[in-house]
Amino acid sequence: MITGALRQTGRLFALAAEVSRAVFRRPFQFREFIEQFWFVASVTILPAALVSIPFGAVIALQVGSLTQQLGAQSFTGGASVLAVIQQASPLIVALLIAGAGGSAICADLGSRKIREELDAMEVMGVSPVQRLVVPRVLATMAVAVLLNGMVSVVGTLGGYFFNIVLQGGTPGAYLSSFSALAQLPDLYISELKALIFGFIAGIVAAYRGLNPRGGPKGVGDAVNQSVVITFLLLFFVNMVLTGLYLQIVPPKGG
Amino acid sequence: MSFGKQNIWQDVTLTLPAGEVSVMLGPSGTGKTVFLKSLIGLLKPQRGRVLIDGVDMVSSPERDIYETRKLFGLMFQDGALFGSMTLFDNIAFPLREHTRKRESEIRRIVMERIELVGLLGAEGKLPGEISGGMRKRAGLARALVLDPQIVLCDEPDSGLDPVRTAYLSQLLIDLNARIDATMLIVTHNLDIAATVPDNMGMFFRGGLVTFGPREVLLTSDEPVVTQFLAGRREGPIGMSEEKDAATLAAEADSAGGVRTDAPRVIVPQLEPSPGLPPRAAVARRRERVLGMLDRLPPAARAAIQDTYARTAGAPTLRMPATGSGS
Repeated sequence: MITGALRQTGRLFALAAEVSRAVFRRPFQFREFIEQFWFVASVTILPAALVSIPFGAVIALQVGSLTQQLGAQSFTGGASVLAVIQQASPLIVALLIAGAGGSAICADLGSRKIREELDAMEVMGVSPVQRLVVPRVLATMAVAVLLNGMVSVVGTLGGYFFNIVLQGGTPGAYLSSFSALAQLPDLYISELKALIFGFIAGIVAAYRGLNPRGGPKGVGDAVNQSVVITFLLLFFVNMVLTGLYLQIVPPKGG
Repeated sequence: MSFGKQNIWQDVTLTLPAGEVSVMLGPSGTGKTVFLKSLIGLLKPQRGRVLIDGVDMVSSPERDIYETRKLFGLMFQDGALFGSMTLFDNIAFPLREHTRKRESEIRRIVMERIELVGLLGAEGKLPGEISGGMRKRAGLARALVLDPQIVLCDEPDSGLDPVRTAYLSQLLIDLNARIDATMLIVTHNLDIAATVPDNMGMFFRGGLVTFGPREVLLTSDEPVVTQFLAGRREGPIGMSEEKDAATLAAEADSAGGVRTDAPRVIVPQLEPSPGLPPRAAVARRRERVLGMLDRLPPAARAAIQDTYARTAGAPTLRMPATGSGS
């Protein structure tokens, strides 16, 4: 049981290492990358925008209510923006990429595997990792980084709107507290998180897709597991990255 | 070779004679497909070696294995075509991946192969839109497009009607005459087994029963072989697995020695279609088989001498050796 779990973990890391190596191997599958990028982007853009507006609003309302009680209302803007950019945005992006893009990638690779298409590819001397997995992982990473920018902006605008319109905050206080507390490294860590989360979503989807157990039912199970495993890893990695960031980068306000 | 605790087969050692056509027989579920996949390095046996041109497909570096695989053409049981590509793109795939040919050149080669397997007119279809037999033939066309030195066919006959199977047998022989490739066909079709191969082997009970010139297996007295070739129920092969000793004894009693097997006749091997060059393998095999004649069982020896008495001699050729064993 424990050795089984360790073996799976080891093979997941081995695939991650193999993909990282294969990224630099020629020829790069540019066409496949564009197709996958377009696919992942098309299934995630709209849901991401729709999720980020209420999420930004919820954070704005919650933080606004808290700061009101503490008498620090003028800092609502800065606090809610930081929460959106550093936490909410990369997580929303990663959940959508894993749920919409990763599950499709996993199902696609899994059905190819049970139809022996991947074996056929290997027999023809073409590595499925280089031909199929690398473009998909790069696509999820690229979409994650770009989508993260969009979600940050939309979420921040949503928070601004709700704070000003519903809670009677002043635009000036919102913006000045924003520039008083937020700094550029907040944006960097946000994009770095999105990049890493995109990588994890791509790798886990590919790993479960390449190793389905026992026929078509196995592919369904693999898709399910890939989404669950990705979520677990995301929140864990997010905790580690956030902890490191708070230790390493000095806060601007202090 | 085993999966978990289930041992599929062990101690299989053989050398595929270069340029000749070999057939591997065996009841369903005896590991024939597993054997093919081990030859090409898709599955790794726990012990042993598979040598192709000096490269061990079990333990060599991944790079060498990928390089060696370019020598192979493997026809999968159900074609294993890429579902998202048309037949044309499927067959063109190896050319586009491994060669720098221009698109017009690729088109010419692919259409030639499509015509060879009789699929002209279907090149724009997706694999989901054609019958199983057509998928199989398309899989064969894809396996042949890089002019492989070694052709492996996994049950080329399953899902084909007897007429198409006969055409396919002829196609395989013609192919051998044309490109002089080493061919291994895994099947349980007796017509293919009787007419196509130069050499035959048989899998049973997790091991290789025999492997050698076709006459050896066709004249063999081994109970497994006779049962299989005659398609009888009496014998060591059961419905799901091999039978146990008690069932076998009961069977022998009830049969009471009234077996009515007609004496087996060795059907002559297929010849290449008119207009094609003679198969270079025939001459090589003749020399090889005559060289090992005194080590063969008497029945096989008589059959071989009988065969060669009927055919005239042919010039001999030399070829680089391609061997495999595990």
